[in-house]
Amino acid sequence: MGSFVHGGLSRRRAVQAGIIATGGAVGLGIVLPIADAATTTAPGTIAPAALDQATTLTLEAYADTVVPGEKRTPDDITIAGVAPGPSAVVAGALDVLQMPEVGLATSLPGLAMLLNGQAAGYAAQAGLALDPNLPPFVALPFPHRVALTVSLTTPGRPDHPYWVLLATLISWAFDTGGAQHTTEALSTGHAGLAWIGFPAPNADGIWRFPQFSYRRQLAKPSPRTTRSGSPA
Amino acid sequence: MTTTVELADALIVGSGYGGAIPAFYLAAGGAKVVILERGPQLSANDFVHDMKLGSYTRYLDIVVGDGISVVAGNCVGGGSVVNFAAALRAPSFVFNRVGSQGVRQWPASISRSTLDPWYDLSELTLPVAKQTWNDVSYAGGVFAAACDHAGRTANPVPLAVDMSKCTNCGWQLNGCRFNAKRSMILNYLPAATALGAKIRPMHEVQSLAPATTSGYRYRVNYNVVNPDGTVASSSAIEAKVVVLAAGALGTPVILQRSAATLGTMPFAVGKFFSSNGDHLSSFVVNEDKVASYLGLHRDANTAYQASFIGKSVGTMSYDGLDPSKAEFLRYSLQQLYFAPLSNTLVKATAGAPGWFGVDKKAMRHDWKSWLTVLAMTEDDNEGGFGPPPPTGTYSRITAGLVQNSLQYRPTANTIRGWTAADTELATIMTRGGLATQVNDWTFDVLGTVTTHPLSSARMGDNANLSALDQYNELRGFPGIFVTDGSAVPTSLCVNPSLTIAALANRAVPGIILRARGAGASVRYTAQTPDGSTAEQATIMALPEVQRATA
Repeated sequence: MGSFVHGGLSRRRAVQAGIIATGGAVGLGIVLPIADAATTTAPGTIAPAALDQATTLTLEAYADTVVPGEKRTPDDITIAGVAPGPSAVVAGALDVLQMPEVGLATSLPGLAMLLNGQAAGYAAQAGLALDPNLPPFVALPFPHRVALTVSLTTPGRPDHPYWVLLATLISWAFDTGGAQHTTEALSTGHAGLAWIGFPAPNADGIWRFPQFSYRRQLAKPSPRTTRSGSPA
Repeated sequence: MTTTVELADALIVGSGYGGAIPAFYLAAGGAKVVILERGPQLSANDFVHDMKLGSYTRYLDIVVGDGISVVAGNCVGGGSVVNFAAALRAPSFVFNRVGSQGVRQWPASISRSTLDPWYDLSELTLPVAKQTWNDVSYAGGVFAAACDHAGRTANPVPLAVDMSKCTNCGWQLNGCRFNAKRSMILNYLPAATALGAKIRPMHEVQSLAPATTSGYRYRVNYNVVNPDGTVASSSAIEAKVVVLAAGALGTPVILQRSAATLGTMPFAVGKFFSSNGDHLSSFVVNEDKVASYLGLHRDANTAYQASFIGKSVGTMSYDGLDPSKAEFLRYSLQQLYFAPLSNTLVKATAGAPGWFGVDKKAMRHDWKSWLTVLAMTEDDNEGGFGPPPPTGTYSRITAGLVQNSLQYRPTANTIRGWTAADTELATIMTRGGLATQVNDWTFDVLGTVTTHPLSSARMGDNANLSALDQYNELRGFPGIFVTDGSAVPTSLCVNPSLTIAALANRAVPGIILRARGAGASVRYTAQTPDGSTAEQATIMALPEVQRATA
């Protein structure tokens, strides 16, 4: 993985600066918004502003590429509808991306713009005609969203950190319900936790498993085992 | 102008195994001890059963480097709080490794037999419990039975866990809210503080410099940090000895930054990093085959579906720890359970996209039938650190993710070991149709993933290949000791915590010798935190102690 951050700045400011700097270094000609110091807040202070529609659509389409699922409505344009069960979109992907603790909210429009730039370039090279009324990544058919994402997340590219960071946070939204306390996520039927079958806690919100073992010897120990159970 | 600076006999940086053990013995011997810890001080009720970002991420980070990522604890007790408590001695052949340089990597004075008394002491003091088959999780049982059906052996893994308190909750990565995991906050640290040692959480050491006070060797510069990582204040302490135990990702960075004030560091500082050869695989086991092939049943209706239940480490196979095999081809295979945090890295297919997309989504639906196995192999010490950040040892990316300057590009030797382990694991797990495919975790997202960073300021006899001498002292800097995973010369083919503890115990007499040399009134006692003297006579007769007490 390449560099997310640059020296000489406060840590969270540096994330923003890293995105900006590398975006320029890639030479895509896309101007990313520079996070204002007043809006780059410590965790848990100021809620982020609502995302613009193009950013929302683009990030939803990327989230559905990482963890695909069923369309919310027949005319859903961001969820491709290629897999049964919930998409990361309905498992709170955008909620996680916008969490104050994540500190990425002010960079999301820039990341979406960068992703759309990559999608437009990909489409041009592949000879695909995209719907001009949609952000280019959203307009890509699902197999092409996947192919582009494979390319973007292959190590060695200077912008690789952004795409794997987004994909990791999207996955965390689905697999861990990371925007909510886990007990709350389970009680409100979090789509990702339900899909993987994450177990419910005891009545006090704590997990314990009184039944946990087959309770019988299932293999012979190594002949090279020493007294305390370690290898010789 | 006259300024006053706080003074201590011994300044300890970090409070995991490497910091807590020397802190206890120095305090027990009569020294004035201060421990500076970067993270918060927490206790059982603070260790949440929660995956919300911002909760457990107060004390657990994934440290992302270039080509490698490390899961690391960040609180009082360090890695001992968030680890899976596997407590294993390294196999004998490890100590004879020569690496790709063809030179002995460990000090000649350290072998399994010379380290065994220190392992004994460490097992006694944590203490370590042998899991019985009644303690082993369902997942550990499936792996052991699969090994057995393939003609292999498998052992329950010894753990630093109080089996009577363990609720088998599956949240071991988040710290133990039942005080069952025997981390440093339950043994060495409370014993050290009872003897007068001071623990200062949220104190991030930046660098070392020469002391300005007569009789004191080093000044330790630190920042007091706020929970969001910003700096609240800065100050310094001067000490007669300094024990660096900020972890294999922290210690070398502090030393790198200290070159400006102390002078040129040994060449091996920040080099020869080892990932312990960690290599993870996860796969879905066929529930029908668990019943029909392995003959296992949880109850009348369920064979397994228990990936998340039980102690995080259950069973492992030592068969690959064959001393007759060539170096780089020896490994152990250990069943473990990682939280859903790591689901991102699991591959559904060998080919792209593998770790995301439609097939991965389908694999997630079988999460309860997943099994994860960690291969611990012989890597090539091929990691190294770039320049340090302006402050601290990393830069924060987001909640739960930080970035450092570590780079790791596995060599052909390391990859051969991983391939050998992968082939063996696939042979065991696909037999009888138990799993249809066995894939290692993707490298695309976080590079190599390890929970066992080692060797970044290592011991040795060769001054070009090691930063420390055989007694953990930094070459050229009397009174600076490194006692954490940084000091371990090579990968261990098993989980490192017991070896780190044993080496830290072994280093203590030498640290006390140096403290006395600077005028501190301190002596070595081989008592344990609970007051046991069971090993005292044996320990007092060891050459490391005789040298220091003569």
